[in-house]
Amino acid sequence: MNQKGPRLGEPASLWRMRIVPIATVMVGSALPLMLPLIANSPVVPPLGLLFFLCWQLLRTEMWPVWIGLPLGLWDDLFSGSPIGTAVGLWTIASIAIHYISQRIYWRGFFHDWAIGALLLGLVQATAALITHPEAHTGRVLGLVAPQIIISALLVPLFLRLTGKFDNFRLKRR
Amino acid sequence: MARPAHRRPGQSRKAQYSLFAAYVVAMTGAVAGLLLAVLSVADPVGFAQLRVASQEITAPIARGTRSVIGSISGIDDTVGAYVSAGSQNRRLRRELADTRRQLVATSSLQEENRQLKALLKLQETTKEAVANGYLLTSTSTSSKRIALLSIGRNVGVVAGQPVRGADGLIGRVLSSGPSVSQVLLLTDIDNIVPVRRARDGLPALAYGRGNGDLDIRTLNIANNPFKPGDILVTSGTGGLYPPNIPVAIVARRQDDGALARPLADPGKVDAVSVLRPYTPDNIEAQPLPAAAAPPASVGTRAP
Repeated sequence: MNQKGPRLGEPASLWRMRIVPIATVMVGSALPLMLPLIANSPVVPPLGLLFFLCWQLLRTEMWPVWIGLPLGLWDDLFSGSPIGTAVGLWTIASIAIHYISQRIYWRGFFHDWAIGALLLGLVQATAALITHPEAHTGRVLGLVAPQIIISALLVPLFLRLTGKFDNFRLKRR
Repeated sequence: MARPAHRRPGQSRKAQYSLFAAYVVAMTGAVAGLLLAVLSVADPVGFAQLRVASQEITAPIARGTRSVIGSISGIDDTVGAYVSAGSQNRRLRRELADTRRQLVATSSLQEENRQLKALLKLQETTKEAVANGYLLTSTSTSSKRIALLSIGRNVGVVAGQPVRGADGLIGRVLSSGPSVSQVLLLTDIDNIVPVRRARDGLPALAYGRGNGDLDIRTLNIANNPFKPGDILVTSGTGGLYPPNIPVAIVARRQDDGALARPLADPGKVDAVSVLRPYTPDNIEAQPLPAAAAPPASVGTRAP
């Protein structure tokens, strides 16, 4: 596996293997509120959700299926949508990924992209509808549509990024 | 290509149970989360403290990045400006010409107004601001438009206070933490502001559209009285927002009212003032400008 010659008995540190994925999602969720960016419409892609989905597409077994509960709560604290939205929707998304990974045994790049984009669109659209229950449905969906399209196009990039982080995560000492 | 998952736990009872338990926890948590979300839509104040507490953590970083980069004013605006540069240019030229004409008319009116006020010995009651601060950052990934204000309870900011910039109304304080507070921007879908047309006092309501624009609807639906260029100011009806704060300018007519753009862009505004909520008590408390003692708070004067 390791081109420079494997050093036996020295796997990556357990802490790094566990923390890197969680840290990327948490930083991704909180990053928009650390930048001096005042947006008039939801334009910035949901980085936390993108990382969350990409990690699960890349390493389905890495996390237990309930990991969306704590990570979703963290995202809710920063995203502005009512607390509990991402807790529920992210967990449902990860159950969906686990289910799909049993149905489609060998997933290819386009499978991953399609699954990621579909789940991302569903999560963002449902979150917007939960946030504004009294507003006109079409208008709310129209509001988040540009963001969903941008995010869907960004899925391959984030899959690559997640792969880079995965390499770092598993890099042997 | 993703590696296939080995979800079959094999013969081990322990592994089977723990996998089953993980799914039970996930399903229960997901349902509980969605119920919580519905609850917190119904009662947004309940969890606001939790959220503002977490934003206290990121606020120092936001302050740091703001001081390094400066404020990035709405990237969506910038992109939109390039796309519609030609038509925008034409529209702006037309508006400029109109505005020049209005300015001439207004300046004479102002002079007349000053003279009349002097005759009546009427003083303008200056609205004391609670405090001044600046907008640090805002939510940009969800459909909710909440900005983070750089001041909090430490200078007397509490939930429900209106916030304005130099150009006009920004929004109202949603919740306040020890050193930061959240501002629900004017353009949020859930923000409704009672306004009136500055020209003739025609009452209307401004609804946020969530994408930076406002929907203006009159109470009288039969005819649509709005014209592009109409200025809307707060009417003070229903309390909360003090009257005569500029809110928006009508961009174009619609079937059921008008589409307006806010006069104060939260992305471009430099400093904002937190005002006292406008309530009937507040009005009664200042019958005479001379009798009203200046409040001994840390407040600074509104611009």
